[in-house]
Amino acid sequence: MAARTALPAQGANPIIGFVHRRRRGAELFLLVLALAVGIGAYAAVGIGVQGRVPADIVGYGGWLTALVVAAHVVVRIVAPYADPVLLPVVAALNGLGLAFIHRVDLVDGTDLARNQLIWMTLGAVLFMVTLVVLRDHRVLTRFTYTAGLSAIVLLLLPMMPVLGTEIRGARIWISLGPFSFQPGEVAKVLLVIAFAGYLVLHRDALALAGRRVLFVDLPRGRDLGPILGMWLVSLGILVFQKDLGSSLLFFGLFLVMLYVSTERPGWLVVGGALFLGGALTAWRLFGHVQTRVSVWLDPFAYYGEGTNDTGFQNVEGLFGMAWGGLLGRGFGGGDPTRIPIVESDFIIAGLGEELGLTGVIAILLLYGLIVERALRAAIISRDGFGKLLATGLGSVFALQVFVVIGGVTGLIPLTGLTTPFLSQGGSSLVANWVVIALLLRISDLARSPVPDLTADAEDDADESTQVIKL
Amino acid sequence: MNKPIRTVSVGIMLLFLALMLNVTYLQYWRADSLDSDPENRRAVDATFSQERGAVLVGRQAVAESVPSDDRYEFQRTYAKPLLYAHATGWFNYYNAQSSDCTTCQQWIEQTQNDILSGDDDRLFVTRLVDLLSNQGQKGGNVQLTLDPEAQQAAFDGLRQTIGPDGQGSVVALDPRTGKVLAMVSLPSFDPNRLASHDLSEVNAAYEQLDADEDDPLNNRAIQTTLPPGSTFKIVTAAAAIESGEYTAADQVPGGATYQLPLTSGETGLIDNEGRSCGTSLIPFAQAMEQSCNTTFARLAVEVGADAMRDQAEAFGFNEEYFDDLQPQAESVFPTDMNEPETGQSGIGQFEVRATPLQMAMVAAGIANDGKVMRPYLVDEVQSPEFERIEATEPELLSEAVSESTANQVTELMVSTVDNGTASPAAIDGISVAGKTGTAQSGIDDVPPYAWFTSFAPADDPQVAVAIVIQKAPGIDRGEIAGGLLGGPIAKAVMEAVIR
Repeated sequence: MAARTALPAQGANPIIGFVHRRRRGAELFLLVLALAVGIGAYAAVGIGVQGRVPADIVGYGGWLTALVVAAHVVVRIVAPYADPVLLPVVAALNGLGLAFIHRVDLVDGTDLARNQLIWMTLGAVLFMVTLVVLRDHRVLTRFTYTAGLSAIVLLLLPMMPVLGTEIRGARIWISLGPFSFQPGEVAKVLLVIAFAGYLVLHRDALALAGRRVLFVDLPRGRDLGPILGMWLVSLGILVFQKDLGSSLLFFGLFLVMLYVSTERPGWLVVGGALFLGGALTAWRLFGHVQTRVSVWLDPFAYYGEGTNDTGFQNVEGLFGMAWGGLLGRGFGGGDPTRIPIVESDFIIAGLGEELGLTGVIAILLLYGLIVERALRAAIISRDGFGKLLATGLGSVFALQVFVVIGGVTGLIPLTGLTTPFLSQGGSSLVANWVVIALLLRISDLARSPVPDLTADAEDDADESTQVIKL
Repeated sequence: MNKPIRTVSVGIMLLFLALMLNVTYLQYWRADSLDSDPENRRAVDATFSQERGAVLVGRQAVAESVPSDDRYEFQRTYAKPLLYAHATGWFNYYNAQSSDCTTCQQWIEQTQNDILSGDDDRLFVTRLVDLLSNQGQKGGNVQLTLDPEAQQAAFDGLRQTIGPDGQGSVVALDPRTGKVLAMVSLPSFDPNRLASHDLSEVNAAYEQLDADEDDPLNNRAIQTTLPPGSTFKIVTAAAAIESGEYTAADQVPGGATYQLPLTSGETGLIDNEGRSCGTSLIPFAQAMEQSCNTTFARLAVEVGADAMRDQAEAFGFNEEYFDDLQPQAESVFPTDMNEPETGQSGIGQFEVRATPLQMAMVAAGIANDGKVMRPYLVDEVQSPEFERIEATEPELLSEAVSESTANQVTELMVSTVDNGTASPAAIDGISVAGKTGTAQSGIDDVPPYAWFTSFAPADDPQVAVAIVIQKAPGIDRGEIAGGLLGGPIAKAVMEAVIR
């Protein structure tokens, strides 16, 4: 994280008085494109797998359209200045994920896509509720410690004897009747809120004191408390829940937010050292970490006859993506169900097989856009809490994408995390919709005209006049 | 806080760049090597599901893919399984998995895999059209040189002679080009069983065939070398004439027995098993007609070990020359022989070993004025629409003997059919050149091998044949003789080609 020089010098302050346009029309247009992606993919799955357009395409497409239009209308009313790109990108990703889960359903005879659509509906509803209820994100600072405490409770829930369930070696699920829920996904959002609230208050103390060693300002020993605490929580998740991915995610998130709030790269050095130390210790002590690393280094040694097949999922994923090549096999043309749980963590491998490198790059760019819009909102946000919150949400999103897709494609060791908006799984989907709602709220506040000008800003046509006025 | 946010942005951008680069490397650069990984079931499944091109003999498809209603789209079927098994080979899940396997069966299904599967560069345009019209890739066809009538005649004749439990092989070549007109190896097997979609069935069939004592999976025409016995006298005669010491009209040493140099007693004593070979000098033609061991052993000694080896190698011994089917056995002519060994080798014994294809090439070389053509089985490769893409050009393998020598040896062989041991191969109205052979197996309890090689018409050769009968359980040991057993088969095959 070094290259700081390449950025434009206009720097810290946006031109005061510059008024953003609302761009709701643009959002609507992009939403139409996003719906075309989602519904088109659904139709393509039907044609590719069954040879015909699915019979329920009208109902499905109608439902998707209704959800998206409702979300758009709510945004138009309660957050008129919100970023116009985020919602369409999310709609496109979500639609693509649904189509692919439906494709897996057709092969496996399962009904995951229907469930996923219900979760998406719930996610969209929560998205709207968040926007309606939360008119100013700064309200959330009141819940700093509540959020932090809830997050810790949620993280502890899977450890409870009756509620918690261990699936595929990680104890991160809770079961309520037929539903299983991953509280870590919700905890993720709560943690960002808690960190942002805490850091915005204590940033000065964390930032000012310290001494300089070899060009970096190292923090004081007594200020190391929070970071050490978070480090221990992450290690605890790793040790007790065997959840490598979340552990990495939470610690990375905390580190980034600490750095942004204090503006001191020293924290990155300390945090990086702690991360390396923790990772090395975990690798030495825990069998499941060692296995992940060995499989990452040479997945083919753990695949096929005569091995224990620990690398089966990785290798099938690699084979699948290679098989997809540049343009992919097309929906129904590949054999993605060879990959275990391809509808969840490995969905990017399945999409890579059927949509090819082109499709994967497009998806990565969509994710990149979400992160870029989040960080843009952070930069133009007028309050520290908003900046931190947006940075945190954007970073956690980016880290999650990097950890899971990097793991599936063999860039880093595989750790179990869901692929935002694509993977099958309700908790992740709902939590991520709320993340987007928060980002829209921050961007709405950041982009809307400064309060005393609100009256004039109603009319877009007057915009140029307003700029001259100041 | 904007400065660190920008730094974080750059950091995240680097992470995304790393993801994109890695995915590009994986799906673009590394894709080919992953796709060809033998453990990659996706690639294997796809290969196995493809519509492969057909293998054609004459106008008939002897191997083709027909639509199948199980989990794979096409089933490979062999129309005349026993007749063409050793040419086509088979195609099943395992073969699809290891298309570059060098230790396994490498017959037409394998050596022409790129054409049949459609992966060959020459089919690029076809592939492109298939891709654009959204159709599955179709493979090209392979036209074999085999002559269906000759093949059938060879198969029927050999089968009749050796019975159901016998072992033997027939090869027929077009001497002018090297085209393989017939290639039969018995016992044969049914490649349909090995091409089943049911892998356990395939395994059971393979194990059974592999365990069979008569070794049906062996293509004896190219994979089994046996002592060629008296058929090798053609090479000895050619060497003697090439040496300049003799012509076909000359007298050659004869006699009832010949004691090999440096030996004494039974072991080094060559006789003629009662055939009439005169006392001291006899006409060259008589020596050939009566297949006189005493003559040819002595000629070999006179020519010398080195010249004998040069002559044998000029016909193709001690090398591999057949590309269309693999693996193949090299025919052997030993090096560094002493005089008695040289004498033995002159009558096709000692350590001389030849495949039936090799002996057919000896006959074909003589027939084609001394020029040995490289044998080939793939006549042409075609597009899926049966348009010719490339035809195999005949290629000269070596000039084994001069035209004059070839003509003289032909004379000797013609008179062997007209007046001598090879008479069963005679065809009315056509001049046939031939030579018999009965080679000692050198193993107790194993009866001798009967050989026959011939070509016709002698003045304008169209076909050269070699036949070996390795085991004929129904026939008494005493009756095993090349002329009697092989002659009629050779005649039938030659007639099938000429008429």
